[in-house]
Amino acid sequence: MEERIAGGYDPFVLPFMIGIVFILTYLLIALIRIICIMPKSDRKRLGLSLLKPKIIYKNIKDIFGDCLLHLKIFKCNPLLGYMHASIAFGWFMLIVIGHIEVALFTPQRNGIIYYPLFYRYFVAEQTPTPKGSLFFFLMDFFLLIVLSGIGLAMLKRIRSSALGMKRTTKPCVADRIALYCLWAIFPLRLLAEGFTAEISGGGFLTKSTNTLLANFFGNDINVLPMWWAYSIVLGLFFLALPFSRYMHIPTEPLYILLRNAGIKPSHPRKGIAEAEIYSCSSCGICLDACPMNTQKKNIKYSSVYFIRFLRKNNTQKTNEIADKCLMCGKCVAACPVSVDSCALKQSQRSTITNKLPYNYSFLNDVTIHSETHISDINAQSGSDNNNVLYFAGCMTHLTPAIIKSMTSIFETVKEKYVFADKDGGICCGRPLILAGRTDAAKEVIEKNRELVRNSGCKTIVLSCPICMKVFKEEYNLQGVTILHHTQYINNLILQGRLKLNKSEESFVYHDPCELGRGCNIYNEPRNVISAIGELKKADKEKDKSICCGGSLGSLTLDYADRTQITRESLQALTIENPDKIVTACPLCLKTFGDQSDTPVIDIAQAVADNIK
Amino acid sequence: MTGFGYSLTPSSRINLDDKDKEKWNKLIDLEPDVLKCMACGSCTASCTAGIFTKTSLRSAILYLQNGQEKQAMEYVKSCLLCGKCFMVCPRAINTRHLLLSISKIYTLK
Repeated sequence: MEERIAGGYDPFVLPFMIGIVFILTYLLIALIRIICIMPKSDRKRLGLSLLKPKIIYKNIKDIFGDCLLHLKIFKCNPLLGYMHASIAFGWFMLIVIGHIEVALFTPQRNGIIYYPLFYRYFVAEQTPTPKGSLFFFLMDFFLLIVLSGIGLAMLKRIRSSALGMKRTTKPCVADRIALYCLWAIFPLRLLAEGFTAEISGGGFLTKSTNTLLANFFGNDINVLPMWWAYSIVLGLFFLALPFSRYMHIPTEPLYILLRNAGIKPSHPRKGIAEAEIYSCSSCGICLDACPMNTQKKNIKYSSVYFIRFLRKNNTQKTNEIADKCLMCGKCVAACPVSVDSCALKQSQRSTITNKLPYNYSFLNDVTIHSETHISDINAQSGSDNNNVLYFAGCMTHLTPAIIKSMTSIFETVKEKYVFADKDGGICCGRPLILAGRTDAAKEVIEKNRELVRNSGCKTIVLSCPICMKVFKEEYNLQGVTILHHTQYINNLILQGRLKLNKSEESFVYHDPCELGRGCNIYNEPRNVISAIGELKKADKEKDKSICCGGSLGSLTLDYADRTQITRESLQALTIENPDKIVTACPLCLKTFGDQSDTPVIDIAQAVADNIK
Repeated sequence: MTGFGYSLTPSSRINLDDKDKEKWNKLIDLEPDVLKCMACGSCTASCTAGIFTKTSLRSAILYLQNGQEKQAMEYVKSCLLCGKCFMVCPRAINTRHLLLSISKIYTLK
């Protein structure tokens, strides 16, 4: 291949150059701003993480898997996944192969930013060579892939259900400009390369486009206008990019680095949060995931709109949505970019509620139920303390059946246990964290940690998933095994300490939000249920399970809306007509119990009823 | 009303006309559920913090209705927001939001 245009320049590259210079300057400033605004400790963390081989490997894997191939969207719907992957990966390959072409055939133009994009205009192949044909083929192949993705994207705008999405987001003005530009870029590239193919040569796609179009429109008069149009559309796309949803393309890699470094947002618009909200691609997958959205009026409270208002600094709206959210985590589990919108909403709540005064001086008087009881047991068991500390939690005290079942299980297996909050303990701190009162939560957590440490127990069994999540994440109890009672019972069965009758009854298991998506416990409860009866399937299971509606996460969702969610969730659970619904959270138990026609029991009750 | 110059207990008379209704109205705007309370006391009976302190949403609401803000705050300042009251309330009052709203309106300037 040889250079056709002397000097390697034509005025049509200018619109593109304006766009690319603008976007690169914008990104550089934005990057510096994010790094500067980040708390010092986070910056140090990020720096250190970039030196660890394990995290570097994860970074590369995630950037490839999430930004280019969009593997997470494939899980949601294969066609939707293909649409995103074809555009992202295809475009990426066009850029990479374009640069390789420049490096191989016209090394004197290396480093000229527009050259690989308009390569076909500047460079022509007079006599066919195998190497040249290979590149023609590759470029045409990836262009075809991108075009197929664009075709699907257009279809999605008209009929989103064809790609497995019931709802899709409403684009704002900048979104629309960028969207139409993006749609136009690749067809225009095909036309430009097609009209030029007679001079420059081309592959299967461009050459046949040329043959087809030249007869109708003629060739020479269309070459330059098409290259101009291609360049203008590219330039416009880059100019609209920072104000549109497509800002996720450059931001996502940065977010992946920050996320893998283990940084958590402390403020809704600082540091990682800033990278996070610009990584949101506004794709709308969270719209279908949100349990509130079974009612049309609640669609405006979806995570995608929360992030959009956060970007616009609309405090009133962000506060309203943040307070409404159930914090069930379904949108986080479904998000292709893994934007932790719940954490963002929590920090948004913090901006208001963390300032509120409180008085927890009473915590000094709190002790574990009958301390003498502990010292008695400790004396019996000597130095190796194998006692189990049972912490029922506030909610479990409202459902005494769980406590009764747990005590009967403890007694059956002759476990030496200390009932930490028999006479009433204090809250675990998670509800305070959910409400954004992190400082108040710290005091409560500190007190509970002290109680656990003083008890000397090496295992703690919890009955409430809300406690479970905060114990695991915030308590920092090294050397103490933290188990939810589903895990504990499962261990007993595996160790052969607990013998159960297998009954004829069929059960369906409801994954509580905080236990499933919160603590990643999905299999243990299912194993336990399989040991006592038949386990039936629910319509939405595991990380897709629907909140029971009783969530403590939401601050302002009213009773009518909650009831609607409960009904929806029950419907999904009972599609196979199970005899009983089993759950592992006292809050779900109580919420379902009030409304369900099918009996609802806790997993501990189901087990206690079937002890041999 | 005329006093007789002596009394056995200090007067608990409240003049509602002297009280500033602005904050109470703001509270109703923020969480209208406050009007649903029928003072049954389920919240107080189940309260986690209530075991150790005099925390009581029921009393707080009554005091606020009487315009006795200072006394009312004594009943909510130790709340742990655990949500038990929300689970037991027969009127389905959004108690956690109500408690946060009370703190917001009556303590922040």
